[in-house]
Amino acid sequence: MAEDLVRLVDFLPQLGDGLLVTVQLALGGALGSFAIALLLGLAMVAPTRWLAVPARIVVEFFRGTSLLVQLFWLFYVLPLLGAELDPLMCGILALALNYGAYSAEVVRSSVMHVEPGQWEAALALSLTPARRMFRVILPQAWALMIPSLATLQIQLLKGTAVASFLTLQDLNERIDILRQDTGDTLFSYSVGFLLYFVLAWLIQVTMDLLEALAKRRLGRDPSDAGFVGRLVAGAGTSAGAGEADAPGTAEPAVAKGGAR
Amino acid sequence: MLWSWDFAAEALPLLLRGFGNTLIATAGGTALAVVLGLLLAVLLRVLPRWIRWLLRLLVAVVRNTPLIMQLVFVWTLFSTSEALIGVPALVVGTLVIGVHYATYMSESYRAGIDAVPPGQWEAISALSLPPVRAFRSVVLPQALRATVPSLGNYAIAMFKDTPFLIAIGVGELVWSAQSFGGRSFAYTEAFTLAGLIFLAASYPTSLAVRRLEKSLASY
Repeated sequence: MAEDLVRLVDFLPQLGDGLLVTVQLALGGALGSFAIALLLGLAMVAPTRWLAVPARIVVEFFRGTSLLVQLFWLFYVLPLLGAELDPLMCGILALALNYGAYSAEVVRSSVMHVEPGQWEAALALSLTPARRMFRVILPQAWALMIPSLATLQIQLLKGTAVASFLTLQDLNERIDILRQDTGDTLFSYSVGFLLYFVLAWLIQVTMDLLEALAKRRLGRDPSDAGFVGRLVAGAGTSAGAGEADAPGTAEPAVAKGGAR
Repeated sequence: MLWSWDFAAEALPLLLRGFGNTLIATAGGTALAVVLGLLLAVLLRVLPRWIRWLLRLLVAVVRNTPLIMQLVFVWTLFSTSEALIGVPALVVGTLVIGVHYATYMSESYRAGIDAVPPGQWEAISALSLPPVRAFRSVVLPQALRATVPSLGNYAIAMFKDTPFLIAIGVGELVWSAQSFGGRSFAYTEAFTLAGLIFLAASYPTSLAVRRLEKSLASY
């Protein structure tokens, strides 16, 4: 055990490099998947079939074919078509497309779950469709979608481990090297599991924080936003905290169909 | 030439042979996860508090760490242990993927059990039904109605995760595509067909689960 720890300390710089690759994949994938989710999710609720149907097809395509197939397609087939991406970009793109499709379903479902009264009010005020969506519906849908997006972001983090199939030296690959170094499987993988667990926990904490902020912006009581959310919300002057929590704030079961 | 039908025709039988292993892993993994998930959900209710806490931590670790890493970890343990060295990779992979998804399914069972109306629990104690009987004939049938569609969704998700078994050398669908591509450089045909096979199998299944969800919800 003591020997293992000494080896681990020597290995820390390499482990740090691996961690950096994993974090790059996770962050790049997260940003990309969010952009794709917003685009496809809003297209799916568009009033015209010319947008809704193609968006639905793209979403079902990327949900239905496996992440690894998409990854290998980008890695092996794209160069044959004359477009070579470096492995890191390949990984980020595959993660963004796959989890973006799942998240698009969450975006669509959350937008549909915003109370009908809000849609009617925005219509009665004759807001333009864009203002109605971006100033009234989306801020409320955003608060609804965060818990499901958090689940998907953690799935994405777990998905970054496919990077080792692309010759990338991510955390997963580094842990394998550590195992060969120490010859102690249980020790090396405990370190690996712990690091991924901490990363997943960080994602959860960040998303809880975002949820608390989103709810506070809507003037809703953030009391059900988790421990950290409560800490953050308690620190400021509680703007609009007196307002009763609308029954519509209950989370829709968006994760059911989409989350893996 | 972007697409060759000759290569596609040559690849298809190999891919379908690999797909057999994909189906075995999915079926075995689902069977294990459905049983183990229920067991976990029940244990997390009845065990003493500190064991429950330990079990919950274990479940959280399995859920929040990469499946690929778990596969390689368990595979390495098996192949360095004298007693377990002969176990085929497909069996180990099926076990790991089953346990991984059991931790997800236990959550669905828990939600299903929680959704059984309080009146039912009161009726159980009013009739003083023995616990096992009460669980099997009153709670479980009602809990399953809310649980089954979500189990179906996890089974589909598991199906799409089976390519990760490549990490321990299982010759499933994507592995077959990769090895065919490696030999012929017909990566386009091999991976496109692999994707289409996944889509052809998972899309109708997910439609069926959605329909089941609707019909069960309308009770």
